[in-house]
Amino acid sequence: MRESFVRGVRLGIPYAVVGFVLSLSFGVVARQAGFSPGQAIAASAFVFAGSAQFAALAVFAAGGTLVAAVAAAAMMNGRFLAMGVALAPSLPGGPVRRGLQGQTVVDASWALANNGDGTFDRWLLFGTTAPQYATWVLGTVVGVYGGDLLGDPNRLGLDAVFPTYILALVLAEIRDPTSRRVALLGALIAMALVPFAPPGVPVLAAAAAALLGVPRRQDTA
Amino acid sequence: MNVWVLIVGCVAATVTIKAAGPVLLGGRELPPVMLRVIAYLAPALLSALVVTAAFADGRELHVGAETVGMLAGGLLLWRGNPLVLAVLVAMVVTAGLRAVL
Repeated sequence: MRESFVRGVRLGIPYAVVGFVLSLSFGVVARQAGFSPGQAIAASAFVFAGSAQFAALAVFAAGGTLVAAVAAAAMMNGRFLAMGVALAPSLPGGPVRRGLQGQTVVDASWALANNGDGTFDRWLLFGTTAPQYATWVLGTVVGVYGGDLLGDPNRLGLDAVFPTYILALVLAEIRDPTSRRVALLGALIAMALVPFAPPGVPVLAAAAAALLGVPRRQDTA
Repeated sequence: MNVWVLIVGCVAATVTIKAAGPVLLGGRELPPVMLRVIAYLAPALLSALVVTAAFADGRELHVGAETVGMLAGGLLLWRGNPLVLAVLVAMVVTAGLRAVL
């Protein structure tokens, strides 16, 4: 338990460094869109879901409605529904305790705590999330107060950070032929749905690609 | 739109979504077939997240400087380089392309 947590913290540090850069750009963009410093920092501290924060911010900045902005965030978070279902059997305690433990799920932690047999190492999950949470809040603080020095985050290539970060997680996951086919199918499903579904939904729908794991024997590719 | 109301809405949505699975499905054994599907959710969801982050702009597909930057970072990752270096290269390539184009 304790070893898992410490190992998680170590594993989480590179992701926390990258998360710092991401949340810094969130702080800059949120200020530009009209959030106060306190509002931008509160968003990172309490929402703590990067893609949802950026999605809601984009709707807000474009003058969309409150319902549309929250819906955009909820749909970007759709993948956490699938991740939570996957994690559920590995969490002990009553419903409230399980629900609280489920709040620690972020992409990198969930992927790293995945034992690969349908179970999860929950202390590794908590450990991996801890440094990511700290730098997520800190990055936004720095972005909020130092953003004027940076200017347009996209000019600095900050929008390449998130896809590269998730790509690292994918590369760590596709070690066997079935995983590679699942990843490919998931990508195809998502791409096919992008023109037809609101952002976030294509990713949730791509969960269907995991059904390739149903046959018991992993046939040779 | 009131920003505080927006933040509270986003917090409520995120907490509910993250809690749903553990609250409703926890504390019971799942059949082996479910475990096999769960084991493959990671490559399915994460690769979908990569391609939408890199190629989707709202409901449109596009290739931008950040797509090229990600591919450069991905090449480094694939060669076994550390994440932080790959992300740095992705940023530099993206920013460089934007400065030139």
